[in-house]
Amino acid sequence: MLGWIDTIVQGVLLGGLYAMFAMGQSLIFGVMRLTNTAHGDFIILAAFGAFSLAAAVGLPAAAAPWLALGLMLPIAFAAGYGLQRAVLNRTLSHDPLPSLVVTFGVAIVIQNLLQEIYSADPRSIESGGLNTASVALGGGLAVGTLPLLIFVLAVAMAIGMQLLFDRTPIGRAFRAVSDDKDAAELMGLDHRHVYALATGIAFLLVAVAGTLHGMKTTVSPADGPALLLYAFEAVIIGGMGSFYGTLAGGIILGVTQAIGFRFDPGWGIWFGHIVFLAMLVFRPSGLFPKTR
Amino acid sequence: MTPHALTAPQFDVSRATTASRAGAFLGVLLLLCLATFPFWADAGWMREFNEMACYLIFAMMWNLLAGYGGMVSIGQQAYLGLGGYALLVMGNFWGVNPFVAVPIAAVLTMLVALPVSQIAFRLQGGYFAIGTWVIAEVFRLSVANVSAVGGGSGTSLTALRGIEKATRQSVTFWLCLAGAVASVALVYWFLRSRQGLALLAIRDSEIASESQGVNVRATKLGVYLVAALGAGLAGALYFLGNLRISPDAAFTVNWTAFSIFIVLIGGIGTIEGPIIGVILFYLLSKFFSDFGTWYLVGLGLLAIVVTIRFPRGLWGWLSQRFDLHFFPVQRRLVLREPDKETSHG
Amino acid sequence: MALLATRKLEAFYGDFQALFGIDFEIERSEIVAVIGANGAGKSTFLKTVCGLLKAAREAVHFDGEPIGGLRPGRIVQRGIAMVPEGRRLFSSLSVEENLLMGAYARRSGPWNLATVYDLFPILKEKRATPSTALSGGQQQMVAIGRALMSNPRLLICDEISLGLAPIVVKEIYNALPRVCAGGLTVIVVEQDVGMAQLVSSRLYCMQEGRVTLTGPSGDLTREQISQAYFGV
Repeated sequence: MLGWIDTIVQGVLLGGLYAMFAMGQSLIFGVMRLTNTAHGDFIILAAFGAFSLAAAVGLPAAAAPWLALGLMLPIAFAAGYGLQRAVLNRTLSHDPLPSLVVTFGVAIVIQNLLQEIYSADPRSIESGGLNTASVALGGGLAVGTLPLLIFVLAVAMAIGMQLLFDRTPIGRAFRAVSDDKDAAELMGLDHRHVYALATGIAFLLVAVAGTLHGMKTTVSPADGPALLLYAFEAVIIGGMGSFYGTLAGGIILGVTQAIGFRFDPGWGIWFGHIVFLAMLVFRPSGLFPKTR
Repeated sequence: MTPHALTAPQFDVSRATTASRAGAFLGVLLLLCLATFPFWADAGWMREFNEMACYLIFAMMWNLLAGYGGMVSIGQQAYLGLGGYALLVMGNFWGVNPFVAVPIAAVLTMLVALPVSQIAFRLQGGYFAIGTWVIAEVFRLSVANVSAVGGGSGTSLTALRGIEKATRQSVTFWLCLAGAVASVALVYWFLRSRQGLALLAIRDSEIASESQGVNVRATKLGVYLVAALGAGLAGALYFLGNLRISPDAAFTVNWTAFSIFIVLIGGIGTIEGPIIGVILFYLLSKFFSDFGTWYLVGLGLLAIVVTIRFPRGLWGWLSQRFDLHFFPVQRRLVLREPDKETSHG
Repeated sequence: MALLATRKLEAFYGDFQALFGIDFEIERSEIVAVIGANGAGKSTFLKTVCGLLKAAREAVHFDGEPIGGLRPGRIVQRGIAMVPEGRRLFSSLSVEENLLMGAYARRSGPWNLATVYDLFPILKEKRATPSTALSGGQQQMVAIGRALMSNPRLLICDEISLGLAPIVVKEIYNALPRVCAGGLTVIVVEQDVGMAQLVSSRLYCMQEGRVTLTGPSGDLTREQISQAYFGV
């Protein structure tokens, strides 16, 4: 019994990480319906960026990754804004092909550049023992401090993004452009700028996700596609257009995989995929479909 | 209304063009020459040709699916891998002659695609693309967990052991050649059929064609199944030539990545495009693949630039520039007599 | 000098030419109607003025400056606001959020949430309601209010009576004098010729992408108009 509770708890925490992967994707889907197939590779790129920055700042390992993340945030925002403005905006149309191919090309470029620079060996960001520390929950249960921190951050991200989307002028602009691009232009919005802002913010989330992922476990240049699939599954399970849904989707995926792993390590990820596909068949609009 | 428009126009409906007739002649010559390969060519050449043929078949099918059907999939490797494993199971376990098993494997793959399509079709556009990728991963993980076919490390096609090497090489080559010709012919035939016409209408406007009585869903399903059949054929042929199969080699997304590259460089939505694309892809890899990761970085960048700057690809550009069509799919109106009586109404 | 003037304005959808040299003028504080059958080019004309369709720079002058081909955002900032055909409200935004979108260009002037609610009190009651949950007439009020929120100098209303009950149309047009009280210039596009004649001082009639008739609304006869309208 305790074993099962432990599995569920670990699954929920893993789901926090998946939800974090998915937040940026969820934002981009919600604003411009762009399928960014390089999403997972950007997370891996952020992890390697934090790895190098942390090594460069010359602080103790307990502080270096956080400073690295702080330094990376403005770079990530600028990179996201610039990528959208210079490249991705040109690929958006009713035809999904150009954006898919371009982001696919970007993914291949990132994977191979990372491999060229860092080799194919897995690496991890040194966190000064944070990744091995744990918190006792009582009753013989213990959870890792870092996974717990990731989960809390993921929840904070979901709440923050939902508030940003629902309550702020920028969120209003995101929804307006998503509803009717031409009408928004008539109000004086430049949709190219609004899209770029969305991608900039998505890249902030990606930077956080990448850094924490790199601290929690090892990353290697070819990991991106798997993360893309998890992020995508979390968004679809949760339902398009809701960040709480994305959080729930991530948690469901994490718990499912954890249960699968418990049965047989070979089938954990498979089980997660199957639950996602079953979801598509039985509840295609997700758990929290946009009501209006 | 001008009186001009009231007289019945004197048109012929034609499909063939001078280029297509010349092309057909040259194509037949080339094929005849290729068919004699096993009698004089080096085994290495034949292996290279086999690989090219598999890429061509697979890219042709991706082109049909995405370029004509508008279904941009990143998961066609599911069917390629399935074709390969179907061949393996039939050959190694059921004692079917591996050469005979090739077409059967393709058909079996298509049968699997039927239920799978019901899941994949829940998603559209970019979501469809990633959804199909998830499905391919499910196939990869499933096969990797079956120890009878070697699990994650794969296994060899032992069924070919009893066959003499020269015979094996020749027959494999002929099968690949036939498969490549058949896939081009199949797509050509499909596009010229009623379904093909419906497909082109759907590509222009799904809603408009639906209202004109085109069954959009059935047509798309047809395309999806044909594309799966072709991908299964490519997989069976590839691993027949390769003699060894593993889940990572069979279900890797690289298959689809390369076919996207081939189709885009050559010209999406044309039959000539993938043929030119395969040749270009092979030349590029011959000269540059020694550069390893930099070569792949270059391919990625090229795909980005082509998509944004030259969305019609090399063949699209050539055919527009010089009005060339080797596989004329469209019907052209040819004026019988130049109408000299212009009326001033 | 006219507030808005177009000279030999042409517009295209791809290869298809939709406007053939439109000459149009509107003075300050004037209300001008544009009428014409479906497909006459009225909406195309408005889209071109607002920047949603490409135009030659010199073909459109606003307040003496060339504005043809500018992005819609730039044109709004100069003071042209449009109530688009079919209202085009933002479906995931509430009534108040829709109105606030109109203020995005940040021009100063008499219009703000309070004055718009004053003009259409029902909107204040429904301020938190999703815009899609309103009746057609109320939605049209939101669309007008949203355009006013940018404090335009020129307001363009595209087919605001379309699909509305006659009594609702009347209610909306009754608000027009109060809208124009500050000297606002208005272009009204209408299929309802009687209504167009009633509210405007001058009118233009379009047919197949050309202006076929123009003159003071009161002076034009039914025959003149139907001749220009249908080309028979």
